Amino acid sequence: MVDVVIIGAGVIGAMTARELCRNRLSVCVVERANDAAAGASRANSGIVHAGFDAQPGTLKARLNVAGSEKMEHVAEELGVPYRRNGSLVLGYNDEDKATLEKLYRQGQENGVRDLELLDQEQLRKVEPGVSGQAAWALHAPTGAIVCPYELTIAALGNAMDNGAEFLRNFEVTEIRETEMSIVLHAADGRQVEARYVVNAAGTFADKIAAMLGDDSFSICPRRGEYLLLDKECGGMVRHTLFRTPTKKGKGVLVTPTVDGNLLLGPTAEAQEDREYAGTTAEGLAEIISQTGSEAEGIPFRQVITSFAGLRATGSTGDFILRTCGKRAVHAAGMESPGLSASPAAAEYVVELLRGLGLEMVPREDFQPRRKAAHWFRELSFEEKDAYIREHPVYGKMVCRCESVSEGEILEAIRRAPQALDLDSVKRRTRSGMGRCQGGFCSPRIVELLAEEQGIPFEQVTKSGKGSYLNIGRTKGGEQA
Amino acid sequence: MRREQADLVIIGGGPAGLAAAVAAYDSGVRDLLILERDSHAGGILQQCIHNGFGLHRFQKELTGPEYAGEYEKMVAERNIAIRCGSMVLNVSPEKVITVVSQEGVTQIQAKAVILAMGCRERSRGALNIPGSRPAGIFSAGTAQKYVNCMGYLPGREVVILGSGDIGLIMARRMTLEGAKVKAVCELMPYSGGLARNIQQCLKDFDIPLKLSHTVTAIHGKERLTGVTVSQVDEKRRPIPGTEEEISCDTLLLSVGLIPENELSKEAGIRLDPVTGGAVVDEKRQTSCPGIFACGNVLHVHDLVDFVSEEAALAGESAAAYIAGKVSQDDVLELVPDGKIRYTVPQRIADRQEDVKVYFRVDNVYRKVEIRVTCDGETVLAKKRPVVKPGEMESLVLTKEQLAKCHGSRLEFTLVSG
Amino acid sequence: MKRELTCIVCPMGCDLTAEIENGQVISVAGNTCPRGAKYAEQECIHPERVLTSTAATEDGGVLPVRTDGTVPKEKLFDCMAEVNRLKVRLPITVGTVIIEHIAGTEANLVAAKNMERGK
Repeated sequence: MVDVVIIGAGVIGAMTARELCRNRLSVCVVERANDAAAGASRANSGIVHAGFDAQPGTLKARLNVAGSEKMEHVAEELGVPYRRNGSLVLGYNDEDKATLEKLYRQGQENGVRDLELLDQEQLRKVEPGVSGQAAWALHAPTGAIVCPYELTIAALGNAMDNGAEFLRNFEVTEIRETEMSIVLHAADGRQVEARYVVNAAGTFADKIAAMLGDDSFSICPRRGEYLLLDKECGGMVRHTLFRTPTKKGKGVLVTPTVDGNLLLGPTAEAQEDREYAGTTAEGLAEIISQTGSEAEGIPFRQVITSFAGLRATGSTGDFILRTCGKRAVHAAGMESPGLSASPAAAEYVVELLRGLGLEMVPREDFQPRRKAAHWFRELSFEEKDAYIREHPVYGKMVCRCESVSEGEILEAIRRAPQALDLDSVKRRTRSGMGRCQGGFCSPRIVELLAEEQGIPFEQVTKSGKGSYLNIGRTKGGEQA
Repeated sequence: MRREQADLVIIGGGPAGLAAAVAAYDSGVRDLLILERDSHAGGILQQCIHNGFGLHRFQKELTGPEYAGEYEKMVAERNIAIRCGSMVLNVSPEKVITVVSQEGVTQIQAKAVILAMGCRERSRGALNIPGSRPAGIFSAGTAQKYVNCMGYLPGREVVILGSGDIGLIMARRMTLEGAKVKAVCELMPYSGGLARNIQQCLKDFDIPLKLSHTVTAIHGKERLTGVTVSQVDEKRRPIPGTEEEISCDTLLLSVGLIPENELSKEAGIRLDPVTGGAVVDEKRQTSCPGIFACGNVLHVHDLVDFVSEEAALAGESAAAYIAGKVSQDDVLELVPDGKIRYTVPQRIADRQEDVKVYFRVDNVYRKVEIRVTCDGETVLAKKRPVVKPGEMESLVLTKEQLAKCHGSRLEFTLVSG
Repeated sequence: MKRELTCIVCPMGCDLTAEIENGQVISVAGNTCPRGAKYAEQECIHPERVLTSTAATEDGGVLPVRTDGTVPKEKLFDCMAEVNRLKVRLPITVGTVIIEHIAGTEANLVAAKNMERGK
């Protein structure tokens, strides 16, 4: 039996696990996919919002501002790329200007620092890459960008380094509550017994709530589609550019990413499927039409990939962070600004558990720091040379586009949480994320995954169960 | 960090790099070095196990590995150093090359450099095909590596998007290995591959080639389960109502090759937006003196034989440069009309020799004349029964013709009749 | 009877027109070289192809192989069946005959690459 089991290895589950590990507690994270950050935490904008968007007084407003203040420190401890690039909400007409003024007041009420309203001239000075059509802007210097899946993986990895357990492909199908504990049953027959459970199941959080006998909320997955442009375009804008929100929603944004690419999106469409998100011709066309009036001359020919994610939109309009019975806490409906709020939301969940009677005894040996995932790429040529002389495998380049060595790939496969499939290696190392999108490097990475796990080549998958890459040997050999 | 010097460094040990090295050696360069990022020389030829290589260069029909083998032999006979597992991280305009290998990071100061990095395949992302992102979507070249070099079969039921040569070759290859290739879809109204490959890779096996068709949706959650294929109009937009769903577990993409010029860009070398490669003169010298380019990093070729020919020219030129015999007086700009998409070289700096100009057209044209004019005067006119985008064309401008050009622009136009 | 063909002898891919009478090719047009005419004659009477493939090696890898001449087109899959049964001994040098008269044809299957024993 563990003290706390967390359902879902997204950014909320991972951050909560890490927060709990500061105390003398046994923690287990269960995840239905083959890796952490497999849902909304994999595919979102990676924006750490300043906090002027949410209605004052809501959990969204409170935890956004608090989380955003903590994020830089958390990212630094976890060795995750973070950049405070500032954000701009663009206005095009008088109506927009009135909305921007309202956002400004709302931001001040929420406690966002350093907000300012800019006219066109000031705007051009702050952001030369902005579209000439924009006449006004709300400038939030505390807005930032972070890599959402790296943050999630690092938070879980750090929790694991401090003793947390991680169970993958664990699809919770039933929850039984006894007097003393709660038992999670997985589709494959595995069970985890815990004193307390945290429901951080993203788009499935209402299903988990129902298993706990709570049907007070529902989750409606909302698909967001994105276009990612080549690194050559990352320098086009410095800030994250939003449109003035309208009744139809926040609209699509233009932002540099911490890796130096340019990201455009997301759209917002409700859908039934809670797990798979695809792109659509209409969605991609909408991104292109909207972003054209945000930044000047976006080279859409430089698109290297498109993707979609599912946000877990809750039915209450606010984050659903509350206790459920004597042994459970919901961390549900963590749509935007869920990523920004995550450091504060994790602390909030810990407080809710304390309220349920979970005793928190701080551990003196808690290690908050994790070696940066990209420590090797940050080295100078001289430092790399010295390291490769000791560790030649770091001089063996596998991914050409992103310059990733075999040493870095092996590290991703071996280090907690281990990468067990091709997409997991990609999320940790960036191999296959560059211009050729894995064309050259994936065969070698598949080989390494097979060797390290001691499994046949054809059993290596793209992203877990069913996503096989090869059906078997040629020459009429055995085929799966 | 180790620091070295060399007269000539060749980046890339594929067909272009090997041929350039042999030619440079034969022109007198002795202090030269090939840097190859893979564990073996030969580049992409090693996975092109089909025949059809070498008819021009060796007067016999070879497979890719056999063709590479011929050049590996020539390199070995000359004792030319080739460092495999060595990836170049940076080339400076001063010709300092930073290379990483299992020995560490090394900087090499070269007198001349030949860029021969080849090209890469266009990926799905660049096409923006809507739908899910299941396993089972590969570029044709990646599938070729799985099948031909590693001995694994990516799938059983295959649709191929794009009729480039690698796609056509893989249609036959997968069929011979027992897979069922259901269709090859081509966005354009004509194939991007060689006519012989349409015959021997598709028609021989009754594989349908759907011209003016594209994949408009991808289906499947974990592994691909099918694609939607639609007909397109003249503007290449899908025509509603023509959708057809084809069940398949594998989609291969053969939708174009892009010269791999990240190193060239960092070195500040001027690139041609049409070819995606460097702007070069007739000696294959780039805008950066002493840095030459050849093969698919310069412009995508149809035939390796022409890669070798171009690489030999670059190798000889680099040797002349090292010997202080290359002038750079930039006298003629070659200007294509658009129907002729590009020319290589883009400039002629020295008119002492005949210059062979390669070019590609933007559409299929029948009964045309290629006209080269300077200041309104026709320098050369050549008739062609048919020209196609999938097949590179060339013509030779003699030194006598070049001597008669008094302007600074040489216009290349395609006229009907 | 006229038959339109695409020559596959070299990458030029000439469009050929063969005139056939009583099962005999009496003339070929459109070819740029004599090999084109020979190809058209053969293709109209009995199409032949070079087979290229890979064969499994004893160390678990694959070796590129080819036929050293053409084989009747309809025998390609018979040849593949023989290729698929192979476990080639290594090392091997390019040109080494692996199967003589593959599938009863005139052609031999040969190694298309030098290969050492792998890992």
